[in-house]
Amino acid sequence: MQRRTKETLIKQAFLATAATSLAVLALIMIFLFMEGLPTFGFVSVQDFLFGMDWYPTDEARPDYGILPLFAASGAVTLLSSLLAIPLGVMSAVYLAEIASPKVRAVAKPVVEMLASLPSVVIGFFGMVVLAPFLQEFFDIAIGLNLFNASLMLAFMSVPTIASVSEDAIYAVPRELKEASLALGATHLETLLRVTLPAALSGIGTAVILGMSRAIGETMVVLMVAGGAAIMPDSIFGPVRPMPASIAAEMAEAPFRGHHYHALFATAMVLFLVTLFFNIMADYISHKHRQTGSASL
Amino acid sequence: MKRIFAAALSTLALLGMAATAFATDIAVKGSTTVQPIMQKAVESFMAQNKGVSISISASGSGDGAKAIIDGSTPLAMMSREMKESEIKQAKEKGVNPKQIIIAYDCLTPVVNTANPVKNLTMAQLKDIYTGKVKDWKDLGGTPGQIVVVSRDSSSGTFEYWNEHVLKKERVFPGALMQASNGAVAQTVAKNKYAIAYVGLAYTHAPGLKAVTVEGVGGSVENTLNGTYPISRGLYLYTNGEPTGDVAKLVNFILSEAGQKIVSSVDYVPVKAPKGAAKKGKK
Repeated sequence: MQRRTKETLIKQAFLATAATSLAVLALIMIFLFMEGLPTFGFVSVQDFLFGMDWYPTDEARPDYGILPLFAASGAVTLLSSLLAIPLGVMSAVYLAEIASPKVRAVAKPVVEMLASLPSVVIGFFGMVVLAPFLQEFFDIAIGLNLFNASLMLAFMSVPTIASVSEDAIYAVPRELKEASLALGATHLETLLRVTLPAALSGIGTAVILGMSRAIGETMVVLMVAGGAAIMPDSIFGPVRPMPASIAAEMAEAPFRGHHYHALFATAMVLFLVTLFFNIMADYISHKHRQTGSASL
Repeated sequence: MKRIFAAALSTLALLGMAATAFATDIAVKGSTTVQPIMQKAVESFMAQNKGVSISISASGSGDGAKAIIDGSTPLAMMSREMKESEIKQAKEKGVNPKQIIIAYDCLTPVVNTANPVKNLTMAQLKDIYTGKVKDWKDLGGTPGQIVVVSRDSSSGTFEYWNEHVLKKERVFPGALMQASNGAVAQTVAKNKYAIAYVGLAYTHAPGLKAVTVEGVGGSVENTLNGTYPISRGLYLYTNGEPTGDVAKLVNFILSEAGQKIVSSVDYVPVKAPKGAAKKGKK
């Protein structure tokens, strides 16, 4: 075989592999929209997005309002981010800048190992250990609540945030730090005024990736969020985020019935939200990309 | 998924019918509640009896009654007894419906073992689940918010509870909707303010205490003698005494193996009360 033909063939093969994942994504999207859009034949977009009642199986008068579910997803993501961002970014700073190489060699894999914990294990922990503890410690009625779910989700997003931020901080050019130190700045000043600003876009990407992991996570919220389809009114109140609702109800929803379509429409909303998060992450990492030491 | 499987099974059965023209074909019709038992029983039965093909179509007890009256099925599944009017219709057509009870469906309210409440009335249960009563002190318990736990609104268990206890009113939205009997048991075992309802087999799970309803405890005996209010029989109906393969199938369901299937899909067997107690200890 001629060398050139071989080259072309290899090129084509790689193109095909890349195209496969694109095609799969496209097919999933088409399917999602095909099954989800019929929802708006029996419920208006407005009633669906802003309806306060989720009673899809009521025989006489079903209600398909996902606002409580949507708000629950938002609240869980927000609270878990509040917990996970400081923890994740600060561990990243420690690992990249402060820890000795020996500590780093042990601590970094450990943080990343947290990411490999199956979510069902984290959920089980929340259900069996944390829920009774919260009930006792705060003297509240329901341990399966917004706070519990957020804490468990924070556990899951810390490794993502820490590991991606750490790479960003580590990638800040050495000359920048050396220049700062040479000008008489202390280690802390260099860290806060030079290294972190230079790594900010990477940290931003890390945070958004962590949040999109939290909003799409299913098992944990199914197990520990409580499952009550009400607007979140306290951090110790039960909620029912969108993924939990889809996972719990899809198996029993009559095939191609109203309930089935409404669940797909909920999945559509969830998909659009995570898509938005990912586009944001991509935008930030491109817009504020650190290109060499000159661009600071 | 169950429905797809049922459809696939009936298609297979139809194909089988075409292939073996001399084999017996039975089309079972009726209740969706009874369907899980029938589904599993038929699978085992057909594995043992080659040449018999059985299809199941479940669309409700009413359809089961209709099918036995118009003769379109030799075996109907029903989750209620036949009404007087249905029996009358059947007699007019020369059909003599015979009732065979194969299992019970018995739901028991459960609370945490630390909860002193022992008995609740049907009215109180309804008020708890519709959110009218919110504190245990109104029910003679230690003051504290009632944490209402329910099965997801898509489950058959919920449907029955909704029909019998709530009389089709809506569960109040603050109830914790859990996806499985296991999750319900776990939640109640870990929460001293919680109340939930489970199938009889689950009442023995650690940390749970069964509550009597109107002074009657949920048990196999009370289900069998009809005093326990939140239970119902699950029935098969035939035209006269069952014969041939239909009789074989009915006998199989009532046999020890068949009754094991009944408990494996979370219903109360009519014959082997020991099975129910054993299962809950898992």
